[in-house]
Amino acid sequence: MSDHTLPGDFGAGTQTRDPYRLGHGSRNAVRSATGHGEGGPASKFVTVAYGFWIFLLSDIIIFSAFFAAYAVLAKATAGGSTGKDLFEPTRVAVQTGLLLTSSFTGGLATLATQRKSMAATQAWLLVTGLLGAAFLFLEVQEFAAMIGEQAGPSRSAFLSAFFALVGCHGTHVGLGLLWLGTMMAQVWVKGFRPDILRRLHCFGLFWHALDIIWVSIFTLVYLLGASP
Amino acid sequence: MTEIESRPGETQDRRDSAPGEERITEHEMAGGLLGYMLGFGLAILLTIASFLAAQTNLIYQPAVISALVVLAVAQMGVHLVFFLHLTTGPDNTNNILALAFGVLIVALVVLGSVWIMAHLNENMAAMTAHQAGTMP
Repeated sequence: MSDHTLPGDFGAGTQTRDPYRLGHGSRNAVRSATGHGEGGPASKFVTVAYGFWIFLLSDIIIFSAFFAAYAVLAKATAGGSTGKDLFEPTRVAVQTGLLLTSSFTGGLATLATQRKSMAATQAWLLVTGLLGAAFLFLEVQEFAAMIGEQAGPSRSAFLSAFFALVGCHGTHVGLGLLWLGTMMAQVWVKGFRPDILRRLHCFGLFWHALDIIWVSIFTLVYLLGASP
Repeated sequence: MTEIESRPGETQDRRDSAPGEERITEHEMAGGLLGYMLGFGLAILLTIASFLAAQTNLIYQPAVISALVVLAVAQMGVHLVFFLHLTTGPDNTNNILALAFGVLIVALVVLGSVWIMAHLNENMAAMTAHQAGTMP
C-alpha cells in the first residue's frame, strides 16, 4: 500500500489540496497521487481488467468496420428482398428483451459473487446463460428462415453485409456462452479465488459489451431497415 | 474499510479502478442492486421508445433516424454508467480515455465510410437502361 508522502516539500500540501481527492471512494483513503504515475504499479485486478477493456474496445472497432460495410451496402439489394420484407419486429423485440435481461442477471451474478454466495452466483449465471441461449436460438431460427426464402448471404451485397454483421455478433454470443459455462465450472470447482474472480469479472465486461453492440444492431439494422 | 472487501484477496490500490469495478459506485445511485435495477429500467424504457419511434406515424418520417440514433446513444450511455460502472472520477481516467479513443476510431470508420461512399455514389455516371438490366 502506498501511503507514503513525497520527500521534502515537493508534494507539500498536495494531499489536502488535490481536488481529485473529492473523487470516488477517497473519503477515508490517503492518496499519494491520483493518476499521476505515483505510488507503484496498479494491482493485478486493475491491470487484467484494463487489458480486457482494451481488447473489448478493439473488438468494438472490428464491429465498426462491419457496421460501416452494412451502412454502405444497405440499399444494394440487387432486386432481391429488402430489410422491410425480411425483418420481423416482434422477433427483434423479444431478442432485445432476452439479451438485456441477460445483461441484468449477469450484474446480479456479480453482486452474488461479492456476497460470496455460491448458490446465488451459479443460479444467476445459469439464468444469464439460458437467456443468452434463447437469444441465439431466435437468431439462428431467423437466419435459417431467411436462407430458406432464397435470401441467404450470397443473394445480394445487402444480405452479405447483414449476415456478416449480425452473424459476427451471434458468434460472440455463442463464444460468450462457452466462456460462461467454463466460468460456472471453475467457480464451482475452485471457489472464489482471486484469479477466478478476475476471469469472472472479464466475462461480465464482455457480456455487457455485447449488449451495447446489440443496441446499435437493433437500432441501425432492424429498426431503420424496417421503417419506411 | 468497505472498499477493500470487494476485491477479495488482492492488494487494494486506491488510485485506479478496473473497468466495471463495483466498489467505485458502491455509495452512489449507480451502485449495487439499485444501480442495476435503475439501469435495467432505463434501458427498457429507451428500448420501448426506440421501437415506438420506428413504427409510429406521429414523427415526421425523415426525423425518425435522428430519434433512433439519439435513443441508441442514450441507451449505450445507460449501459456504460449502470452496468459497466464508468464514472468521471479520477480513478477512472484511464478507462474513460481508452473509451474515448475507441469512440473516435469508431466514428472515423463509420462516418468516414458513409460520407465517402455517398459522394462516390453521387459522382458516378448514370447507368444506361442496358447497363442497369445487366446488374448482378
